[in-house]
Amino acid sequence: MAEEKEPTAVVSEEQLDAESKEKTSDEKKIPTFDRDYHEPAVTKRIAAISFGLLSPKMIKQMAVCKVVTPELYDKEGYPVDGGLMDTRMGVIDPGLTCKTDGKRLKDTPGYFGHIELARPIIHVKFVDVVLTMLRCACRECGRVLIPDNKVQKIAKELDRIEQEEGLERRREAIKDIVINLKTTSKCPHCKAKQQKITIEKPTTFLESEKRISPIEIRTRLEKLPDQDLVLFGLHSHIRPEWMILTVLPIPPVTMRPSITLESGERSEDDLTHKLGDIVRINQRLFENINAGAPEIIIEDLWDLLQYHITTFFDNNIAQLPPARHRSGQPLKTLTERIKSKEGRIRHNLAGKRTNFCARTVISPDPLIRINEVGLPKLIAMKLTVPEVITAWNMKYLKTFVENGPAKYPGANYIIRPDGKKKKITDETKEASLEELQPGYVVERHLLDGDVALVNRQPSLHRMSMMCHRIRVLPYKTLRLNPAVCHPYNADFDGDEMNLHVPQTEEARAEAETLMEVQTQLISPRYGLSVIGCIQDAISGAYLATTSLTFTREESIDLLSAANIEDYSQLPDKEKITGKELFSCIFPKDFDFTGKSKKGEPVRIQKGKLIEGTLDAANLGAGSGMLLRGLHRKYGADETLTILGNLFNLGNEILVKYGFSTSLSDTDLPQKAQDLIQEALDQAEKDVTQLIDDFHNNTLEILPGRTAAETLELRILEVLNKARNKSGEFATQYADQNTNLVVMINSGAKGKPLNLAQMAACVGQQAMRGKRIEKGYFDRTLTCFKKGDLSPLARGFIRNGFKHGLNPKEFFFGAMTGRDSLMDTALRTPKSGYLYRRLANAMQDLRVEYDETVRDSSGKIIQFQYGEDGIDVSKSEKGMLNVQRLIDSV
Amino acid sequence: MNPTLKTFEGKLPLSILQEIEEKCLPAKQKKVAELALEEYARAKVEPGEAVGIVGAESMGEPGTQMTLNTFHFAGVAEMNVTMGLPRIIEILDGREKISTPMMEIFLKEPYNKGQDVKKVALMIKETKLGELVKEFIINLVEARIEAVLNEEKMKEIGITAAQIVKQVDAGVRDMIIKEKDNVLFMKVKGKDEKHLNEIYKLKEAVKETYVKGVKGINQVLPVKRKDEFIIITSGSNLKKILTLDFVDTARTTTNSIQEIAAVLGIEAARQAIINEVYKVIEAQGLNVDIRHIMLIADTMCANGKLRGITRYGIISGKSSVLARASFETPIKHLIDAALSGEKDKLDSVVENVMINQPIPIGTGLPHLIMKDEK
Repeated sequence: MAEEKEPTAVVSEEQLDAESKEKTSDEKKIPTFDRDYHEPAVTKRIAAISFGLLSPKMIKQMAVCKVVTPELYDKEGYPVDGGLMDTRMGVIDPGLTCKTDGKRLKDTPGYFGHIELARPIIHVKFVDVVLTMLRCACRECGRVLIPDNKVQKIAKELDRIEQEEGLERRREAIKDIVINLKTTSKCPHCKAKQQKITIEKPTTFLESEKRISPIEIRTRLEKLPDQDLVLFGLHSHIRPEWMILTVLPIPPVTMRPSITLESGERSEDDLTHKLGDIVRINQRLFENINAGAPEIIIEDLWDLLQYHITTFFDNNIAQLPPARHRSGQPLKTLTERIKSKEGRIRHNLAGKRTNFCARTVISPDPLIRINEVGLPKLIAMKLTVPEVITAWNMKYLKTFVENGPAKYPGANYIIRPDGKKKKITDETKEASLEELQPGYVVERHLLDGDVALVNRQPSLHRMSMMCHRIRVLPYKTLRLNPAVCHPYNADFDGDEMNLHVPQTEEARAEAETLMEVQTQLISPRYGLSVIGCIQDAISGAYLATTSLTFTREESIDLLSAANIEDYSQLPDKEKITGKELFSCIFPKDFDFTGKSKKGEPVRIQKGKLIEGTLDAANLGAGSGMLLRGLHRKYGADETLTILGNLFNLGNEILVKYGFSTSLSDTDLPQKAQDLIQEALDQAEKDVTQLIDDFHNNTLEILPGRTAAETLELRILEVLNKARNKSGEFATQYADQNTNLVVMINSGAKGKPLNLAQMAACVGQQAMRGKRIEKGYFDRTLTCFKKGDLSPLARGFIRNGFKHGLNPKEFFFGAMTGRDSLMDTALRTPKSGYLYRRLANAMQDLRVEYDETVRDSSGKIIQFQYGEDGIDVSKSEKGMLNVQRLIDSV
Repeated sequence: MNPTLKTFEGKLPLSILQEIEEKCLPAKQKKVAELALEEYARAKVEPGEAVGIVGAESMGEPGTQMTLNTFHFAGVAEMNVTMGLPRIIEILDGREKISTPMMEIFLKEPYNKGQDVKKVALMIKETKLGELVKEFIINLVEARIEAVLNEEKMKEIGITAAQIVKQVDAGVRDMIIKEKDNVLFMKVKGKDEKHLNEIYKLKEAVKETYVKGVKGINQVLPVKRKDEFIIITSGSNLKKILTLDFVDTARTTTNSIQEIAAVLGIEAARQAIINEVYKVIEAQGLNVDIRHIMLIADTMCANGKLRGITRYGIISGKSSVLARASFETPIKHLIDAALSGEKDKLDSVVENVMINQPIPIGTGLPHLIMKDEK
């Protein structure tokens, strides 16, 4: 890596031992275990990382070899000594050993080399700093162009700014000072006259139009005294002349591995290519200088070397043509490797890869519990859990090894106490069985009840990744209880989800206590349950609690189908109402009062549903206090069970009832149709009147608007009113017993608007809050007259979906449809970026032991979280419910 | 507050105590307060809770459900205001210039009962010369502009020709102005005085010259809210408006956070952020707890200045090099860190993720290490 990007020293209490440092993604290497199996405990931490600049001396000291030839391999394909692939800098061939540490591929970390540059070269990334230093320091004596008496004062001021407002502000303050100095023409120390220094991007410095060579720049920088450097924001250990390279570090071979193509040809890494260019030109420059070549040739070569080194650091500099492959695609050099989403930092450092994970399509299974996930047997036999053999479980674990990898439930690997991992195959099975003894680890197949993390992207909140219990099932999809769709925002139209199996005791414990579905019931966003009944379960509960009655036999059938085995709450009657049926589910001491979707009271007393209907307002996710109340009183586990029972009973009732929807559900009686037509006619007449008024200039103009704007607003108002009215008629006169209306009323699916649009009138199509006006000059479609402002010419769809739209209406519908597609497509990245910024800005805020909210540097953000210290996910809709407490006393 | 509840002060938040006092019979209060204390202890945040991330999630997740391009029509007689996601982004960016600045001006008695509201409103509105001129005539012979004033409009906002002359004279440079019988005569001063281009330029400049009202207030709209009249404006100038004597300064407000921060201070700005964000979220029919918005507002205002949630704002102020580098412009941060010899103490989240160490949040917070006994 380049000098500035490499932390010069890792200040650690002690370095991590190499052993525990690298183990992920490397299946062959296993951490060593004690005889009594310990997780490899990391007891040493890196405490801090310092950043700095490397001096030429340091570069030479840390280098293990000097690169002198651009050749890579000799005739046998063996890396050349003193070449770029020198084995002292690490190895990338499986057969070779590193000459520095004697280790092989994957064990050797790789070491830096160096090259001596024939002439100094400016480091592009420091050009700005070098420029300000040249401008602000005397060209003769090297002192900063500020009189001695002021230097101290300014330095103190800068320190104060850093103390109070941080480093970033200090940098800005330095910039301000520098701007003032640029115009100083006489050194206050040695009275030397200063000249104007300009820069020709990227790396050419000019003094009064004459070029200054890097050698000259370097000598000037050398003259800068240490005490003046703070004014430029440099750390005291750093010398400015180090920014002009005389020695270039060569990154280890291991960070620029070559790949062998199918044809056996070697393809070198981009960095190696670039370094090859640098070494070649550098050698030529040396030769020419030694041979005493003319100055012009040397200058040309020098510039070329500058170009290569510049592009080695950054191949995306505005004024330079990027260095390219022979195929014409630009090389990816150091800067490109680090930055952006696919760069080292965001892709490899802030994001990690894992083993023991799976991904497939999801499908619903209401018969598994809400906190379970159905896992295909195929996957259960591939993913494993390590279990340590003790004297007590030896027999049990041996059965897995006996079954081997091909028979469920079996095991795929055993791990010896020394860390050697052995695959179980038919041949090795017998030997492995013999060998097993306490201290060995068996990697067995997943069993029912094991824990796994389930995740669906985009992971927008913490409920996007929850811990589920595994249920091994046939077929090839992951199975989820439909109730858990809401927090994941999943549906089953082809969605895929990921599954991860925690591998250590610590990870499992943390997953179970912090991430299991029941622990996530109450949303930290608004303090209500994020999991509730959906769709059929709501329709079923609604139907049952409004109108249905069952015989005793039916009731018991339903309850047992819903996995409820306690029938003691069932009243001793022949006819059992739906309310009584649902009363079987609630605990005997549960009291609740709330409101249904219609606003009627819902009352549960001593576990009995006394009045009201159960609908989306109480059973649904993110609404109503019923589930919240259960959670508060009986805890997470119990609530999940009750919720599961409610869900199942609702579903079973609907199955028994038989439920479907049909076209005739949208039929309206003649009277309603007449009323709707009348309302629409009236609206159209009103609009015509408005338009006439507008043309006759008799329209009453709203304050602060033009006549045309007023007209538009008034028309929109009239038409929206008309649509709402027709919607009201539709809901009012529609048969309340059709299944469509049941779904709407219960809140299971659909809004009154959907019914109105199907039965009566689709309504005004609006684009960006206005009626449609795009299209042709003064009209929306060519079939209209110019300047036609009537509803039908501006996107009002008078027909309902059932009756069908005419071509013009259909076109308007398509326009708004496309508009809303665009809206979604544009919104997703915007909100994603907002989220990323928020998360980045606030990720280190935490509650301290003194209840304050602080950031990572200990600055207090809030003295008490949310002004009252209440955790939203432990609150009831963000509050402590005082009213309930009062009622309970 | 009564003495029984007084004993709970400091143990229970004030808001809860007040609610108890309001809703509960005095005899029951002690019992209720005791119960509340018990529940409060259970509902408190635990130390180590990653409230920041939870806050960001609670804001980011509904962000995906918000509509773009919504202009808010709360009825025919309201102003058009940016709502939805663009507005949230605008607020959290801490922008100086917002897309639809707006003020709600509350009035003192008797104006808030409807007396002279229209007149008062027109007084506030910024009037430019162009609006008061019936006709601009360019007199090529004299090389001057003749602007015929609209007397009706002048009367409406209460301004005389002499006053206009004064304002225009002060507002436009290099010009000579005279007035006669409600006609303004303007000439270019300087060497280009006969140049047609210059005259045209002057005409355009003069049109946009401020003559009366409050600068920045482009539109005014007197509205009846509940039982009083207020003035809604598009365009905002809090500093000027608050100096007017008929304005109820306690309730008058603007939707420009930066302006509030400059005029009323950082605490007011914090409250404004909370109010404005909450308004948008409510309008979208979403449910986000106020605490999350508070936390965002507090992070934005924490160091006494309003900082947006951008790479130039809050994130530039982070102490960790790696945390800054992992957000945006990593190279710049690494170079700067190298030059000033920064030290990353690894005390926040991303850095520790990068080097595979436990993060100092939640279960990673307590630093307990067990001795590994052999």
